[in-house]
Amino acid sequence: MNIRALPLYVTIGIFLLGWFVCWLQFPNMLSTRVIGNLLTDNAYLGIVAVGMTVVILSGGIDLSVGSVIAFTGVFIAVMLRDTGLHPLPVFALALALATGFGAAMGWLIDRLAMPAFIVTLAGMFLARGAAYLLSIESVPIQHPFYETLQKAYWLMPGKGRLTLIGVLMLATVALGMVLVHRTRFGASVFALGGGEQTARLMGVRQGRTMVLVYAFSGLMAGLSGIVFSIYTGSGYSLATVGTELTAIAAVVIGGTLLTGGAGYVFGTLVGVLTMGLIQTYIVFDGSLSSWWTKIVIGLLLLAFILLQKGLLKLSETRLARQPV
Amino acid sequence: MLLSIRSLTKVFPGTRALDGVDFDLRAGEVHALLGENGAGKSTLIKCLTGAYARDGGTIALDGQDIDPRSTGEAQELGIGTVYQEVNLLPNLTVAQNLLFGREPRRFGLIDARAMRAEARRMLAGYGLDLNVDRDLGTYSVAIQQIVAIARAVALSGKVLILDEPTASLDAREVEMLFGVVRDLRARGLGIIFVSHFLNQVFDLCDRVTVLRNGQHIVTTEIAALDRMALIEHMLGRSLQDEVLHARPPARRAPDPMLHFHGLSRQGVVAPFDLTVGRGEVVGLAGLLGSGRTESAEMIFGIRPAQTGTAQDETGPIALTSPRQAIANGFGFAPEDRKTAGIVADLSIRENIVLGLQAQRGWMRPIPRAEQNRIADEYIRRLDIRTSGREKRIGDLSGGNQQKAVLARWLAMNPRFLILDEPTRGIDVGAHAEILHLIHQLVDQGMSLLVISSELDELIAVSDRVIVLRDRCHVAELAGDAISGEAIMRAIAATDGAGDAAVHSGGEAA
Repeated sequence: MNIRALPLYVTIGIFLLGWFVCWLQFPNMLSTRVIGNLLTDNAYLGIVAVGMTVVILSGGIDLSVGSVIAFTGVFIAVMLRDTGLHPLPVFALALALATGFGAAMGWLIDRLAMPAFIVTLAGMFLARGAAYLLSIESVPIQHPFYETLQKAYWLMPGKGRLTLIGVLMLATVALGMVLVHRTRFGASVFALGGGEQTARLMGVRQGRTMVLVYAFSGLMAGLSGIVFSIYTGSGYSLATVGTELTAIAAVVIGGTLLTGGAGYVFGTLVGVLTMGLIQTYIVFDGSLSSWWTKIVIGLLLLAFILLQKGLLKLSETRLARQPV
Repeated sequence: MLLSIRSLTKVFPGTRALDGVDFDLRAGEVHALLGENGAGKSTLIKCLTGAYARDGGTIALDGQDIDPRSTGEAQELGIGTVYQEVNLLPNLTVAQNLLFGREPRRFGLIDARAMRAEARRMLAGYGLDLNVDRDLGTYSVAIQQIVAIARAVALSGKVLILDEPTASLDAREVEMLFGVVRDLRARGLGIIFVSHFLNQVFDLCDRVTVLRNGQHIVTTEIAALDRMALIEHMLGRSLQDEVLHARPPARRAPDPMLHFHGLSRQGVVAPFDLTVGRGEVVGLAGLLGSGRTESAEMIFGIRPAQTGTAQDETGPIALTSPRQAIANGFGFAPEDRKTAGIVADLSIRENIVLGLQAQRGWMRPIPRAEQNRIADEYIRRLDIRTSGREKRIGDLSGGNQQKAVLARWLAMNPRFLILDEPTRGIDVGAHAEILHLIHQLVDQGMSLLVISSELDELIAVSDRVIVLRDRCHVAELAGDAISGEAIMRAIAATDGAGDAAVHSGGEAA
């Protein structure tokens, strides 16, 4: 077995185990309703986490995504309120904005050789500020097309609703998997995460890859913003504060190495669902404070960082013992 | 002629790194490129691989003038390079590394099956049986090196540049690598081989070109050259034999200064005793992984000993941390200079005063004038070759970096200095200078513990040599008993007993 895949298996194992424990207590957990809700409630997080996975694999970080989601939501809401445009062109515009914003950050990170942390931190404030600029209050979205989108679902057996945004999230994960694991761009991302200097010597076009990585993250944040606006039916500049950190947590719990160069997009999906599962359990229980979600996520995160560190040690000693 | 370089010139501010250098490479030969650090070897290679743009001269490959602008371009033209530090990605699989950038695709997506097959085909000629789906990082450096060669050959296929490929390999791995290189020579590749190990050069190469101070000195058949002549070409002065080979006259037995008793750490080093006298040089000999570095790290408190005590003339001393060790008057110049020795982005001055400043405490900064004085003094005393004290230390050659590391310790005036592989990756000239420096320090009464893989070097500097084998201190040689043969005998003593040595190693002492 490839030792690199171990965190992924552990993540999947923990998720299944968690689900089993929940099911023992609440047999309803296995119903398609719960599954449908899990996908719907975490759709925006799942999408943005795919983008974050790519960024982290490349050895970077993107702190701006939470703000970009909020900005996109407010932008769409304000555009729909103040202009007569159909949501579709507004979506296209929002996605272009978010992608361009990400690309610009990637370009800065590469050109100025600045840490991604600082550049995207600036991006975080910028996008949040831009959202405030558009509107301080929550702007409701009332458009017949939005109602169509919100009501679009497929009724699974057992009355569970597989919503449009849930499907969109799954599709995004699938797209991310192909992009990361089956394209040359993906290979370049892994290479950059493994070592920039080496990657350059192997012929990776660092600047181009960097811009694409952050542009992709921006695109995912924009898409996530659209999904979030469909989910909430409004745009609010104070929404999704800290979502970037939740996304990072999901990526790490999903088995991706925080320093880059190793990980799986599928793991990120499992990470997102694990976090959703904890929330669902707390809702089912009814007596637990929702803060428990954060506590459990914190513990899980810690456990995974320790696991990765342990694995690194393990593979090192294994290498040391291995005869030539 | 496969590759011919005519009057290649490259100028950096202040220096002519290459001054009208000619170089020829035939197909089917291994051509050694030798010279001290700063002779222009790496500059020549960087011009060849497109990392530097040349300022003058021509490079012709197969009779065609070429002008590579990047390593990628050079690769496409047919010039592949394998560096000392393996420049592949340990986090990708063997197959991904081999085919990076040229992955077979189907419908725009990477075809994993075709990639595996292609990777196996590429490795077929190298006598390796690898699982191409495993991460490259799980294989030994030697195998990674061969994978790197396989990639370079497949990518380029005309000229292969091997830049210090053997620096971190042991003897058997070197042999394995040389086997591969000889096969490639037989296949008609032109191979440029850069190495500090003259034995390997004589072993492997057909012709040799020597550069010195950016100028072409000589190109000749290796068979027509003896070792001394080669070294003379490289140094431009006859080697100071008395430094390298003659041992210092036997001094009277030094006063014992430090006693280490029963130091050990589970699974790292078996308990050992060590006494170091004032002004004495103790050498640690042994193969890689025998516990040499680990012993030194225990003494310096980097990985503290689990058992044992230490004392000097005044009483017991603690070996719990490097900080404590420095307070005891110890110093340690580590083997891995790049990551553990220097702070590459700081200037020479900052690197030199670093230790002194840490000792004083950061609340009492050393005045700038004082810093300058210290830095200038050591740059002069150790002959650190630099355009000034404010130069980034990462830009210096290995030998000069090592001198700066030594300067840092000397500025703190330690009584006991540990040098782990002080001449690793350093050219012959700087090598002799550092050995010379060791003699000077000893004359001033400093005690040294020197770890080295080069027996000649140990013999040249040591008053006593401790031999380690399988994590045990197995023998001690002193005075006239120190010889390369004696050391090797001690290292090889229970060879063949194999595992037995590991478990019952203590008895051998």
